[in-house]
Amino acid sequence: MEFGLAFLILAIVFGLFMAWGIGANDVANAMATSVGSRAITIKQAIIIAAIFEFAGAVLAGGQVTKTIRKGMVDSELLAATPELLVYGMLASLLAAGIWLLVASFNGWPVSTTHSIVGAIVGFAAVGIGVDAVHWAKVGSIVMSWVISPITSGIIAYLLFTSVHQLILDTDDPIKNAKKYVPFYIFLAGFIISLVTVFKGLKHIGLELSTGQAYLLAFAIGLVITLIGVYLINRLDIDPEADKDFHFTNVEKIFAVLMMITACAMAFAHGSNDVANAVGPVAAIVGVVESGGEVAQKTAMPLWVLALGGVGIVLGLAMYGHRVIATVGSGITDLTPSRGFAATLAAATTVVIASGTGLPISTTHTLVGAVLGVGLARGIGALNLKVVRTVFMSWIVTLPAGAILSIFFFFVLKAIFNSVG
Amino acid sequence: MVSKSYIYRMFARSPVKPLQQHMEKVVVCARELNALFEAVVQKDHRKVKSCQKRISKLETEADVLKKELRLHLPTGIMLPVSRQDLLEVLTMQDRIANKSKDIAGLIVGRKMQFPEEMHDSLRDFVKRSIDAVEQAETTVNELDELVETGFKGSEVKLVQSMIEKLDEIESDTDRIQVDVRATLFQMEKDMPPVDVMFIYKVIEWIGDLADLAQRVGSRLQLLLAR
Repeated sequence: MEFGLAFLILAIVFGLFMAWGIGANDVANAMATSVGSRAITIKQAIIIAAIFEFAGAVLAGGQVTKTIRKGMVDSELLAATPELLVYGMLASLLAAGIWLLVASFNGWPVSTTHSIVGAIVGFAAVGIGVDAVHWAKVGSIVMSWVISPITSGIIAYLLFTSVHQLILDTDDPIKNAKKYVPFYIFLAGFIISLVTVFKGLKHIGLELSTGQAYLLAFAIGLVITLIGVYLINRLDIDPEADKDFHFTNVEKIFAVLMMITACAMAFAHGSNDVANAVGPVAAIVGVVESGGEVAQKTAMPLWVLALGGVGIVLGLAMYGHRVIATVGSGITDLTPSRGFAATLAAATTVVIASGTGLPISTTHTLVGAVLGVGLARGIGALNLKVVRTVFMSWIVTLPAGAILSIFFFFVLKAIFNSVG
Repeated sequence: MVSKSYIYRMFARSPVKPLQQHMEKVVVCARELNALFEAVVQKDHRKVKSCQKRISKLETEADVLKKELRLHLPTGIMLPVSRQDLLEVLTMQDRIANKSKDIAGLIVGRKMQFPEEMHDSLRDFVKRSIDAVEQAETTVNELDELVETGFKGSEVKLVQSMIEKLDEIESDTDRIQVDVRATLFQMEKDMPPVDVMFIYKVIEWIGDLADLAQRVGSRLQLLLAR
C-alpha cells in the first residue's frame, strides 16, 4: 500500500515512544510496594523489572494487545479506507504518549491504559463515526476498571487475613512463617504461570492441553517454591533483632516472599500495560502487511510484543530507575507481610485481566489492593486524598486522550492526503 | 523533574511512632520529679530549681511533639484505629507532662517544704505514680506490634494484661495517697494552714499523675475494643 513503509516506521517510533513512557513512569508504580517495604533494593527492583516486564510483555501480552488492536474499533467499516485505521492508531499512540509525558511531568496521576483507550475511542467515534466503536466491548473495559481495584482489594484483604490467622497471630510466628510462606510462594508462581500458559503461549507456537497446562504451571510453581525455600533456609534468624520489634525475623521471611511477588507484579504489569503501546502498532502492522486489507486474520508477529518490552526496558533504564529510587527511603508502615499481600493481590488480578484480554490500570489495581490491606487494619496510615486523586484521574484522562487523538488524527490525515 | 509514585504517596506517616516518641518524652519529664523531691527533702534549693527548669523544658518539647502529631493527622487519613481515640490517648499523655510541670512549678514557686515524718511515704508515693506512667509507656510501646498483628489475638491479650498491671499500680498509689494524707492530717494543726493547703494540693496532683497514666491505658483499651 502507499506509504506502507512510512506507516510502519512511524508506528514503531510512536510505539517505542509510548512504551518508553510506560517504562519511565508506570513501572515505578508497579514496583513501589516492593521497594517501599524494603524487601528488595532499588538495584534489584530495576533488574527484576527489566527481566519480568519484558517476559510478561512477550509471554502474556498477546490477549490485551489483541483487544487494543481490533477489539474496540469495527474494522469492517474501514475495509475501503484502511489508511484511516492507520492514521487513527498512529494518532492514538502519539496522543497517549504525549499525555503520559505531560501528566508525569506535572506530577498528575496517569493511567496509560485509560489514555490509550480514550484515544482509540476518540478517533474512532469522531474521526470515523460513532458506529465504528464497539461500544459493548468498550463498556466491558470500563466496567473492568471499576471491578479490578475492588477485586484486588478483596483478594488483598483475604490474603492478609490469612497471613494473620496462620502466622502473625500465633504462638510461634517464625515457625509458622517458615511453614506457610512457601505455600504463598507456590500460589504466586502457580497462578501467574497458569494464566500465562493458558493464554499466552499460543503465539510463541506452543499449544498445550488443559491437563498439560495445569501440569506445567504446577511444575513452575514448584520450582519457584523450592527456590524460595532455599532462600528462607539461608536466612539468618537473629533473636536479638526481635527485642524492640517482635516481628523483625518474621518480616525477614516475608521479604523472600515479597521478592517473588515483586517479580510477579513486574510480569503482570508487562503483560497488561505493554499492550497499550504495541496494540496500535500491531494493528498498523496488520494493515500494512496484508497489503492494505483490514482483514485481520494474520497472527500477530512476536517482534511487536518484544518491541514493547524493549521500549519499557529502555524507559526504565533511562528514566524510570530514578522514579523507583524516590521510593528508596522506604515506606515505614509497609512491612513485607502487607506489601506482599497487596502486591500479590494486584499481580493476580492484573494477570487474570491480561488473560481475558481486558486492558486495566495496574496502578489502580494496586491502589485497590493496598486499601484492602488497610481495611484489614494492616497499615498505620493511608492518605485517602491521594487515593481520590488517583481514581479521579481517569475521568480526566479519558477525554484528554480522546481530544488529543482526534486532533492528531485529522493532522495526520491532512498531511498524508496532501503528500499523496 | 522526578515525581514520586502515587503508590508511595498513598502511604501517610503512621501516628504510632510519633505517639510513642511523645510518651517517651513525657516519661522523661515525669521521672524528673523523683530527683526534684529528693532535692526538696535534702533542702537543696538550687537543685530543686534546676529540676523544675528541666521539667518545664521537657514539657515544652512534649508539647511540640504533640502539635506535630496533630498536624499529621488531618481528616482523610485512614487509620487502623479510630482517629478520635488516638488523639485522646495523646491528650492524656500530654496532661501527664503538664501535671508534672504544675507540681514542680508549685513547689518552686512556694519554696515548699514537707515535714520530716512525711518524707518516706512521699518518696514512695512519687515513685509509684511514676511507675504508673512508665507502665503506660510500656503499653503504648506495644502499639506498633498491635498494628503488625492487626489488633487481634495474642498481642491484644498481652496489651490487656499490661493495662491490668497499670490498674494495679494505680490502686497502689491510691493506697499510698491515703497514708500520706493521714500522716499530714495528724500534723496539720501545728503547721501554717496555707502550707498545709498546698501540701494537700501537691499530694492530689501526684495522685493525678497515676490517674492520667491509667486513663492512657483505658483509652488504649478503647482502641482495642473497636
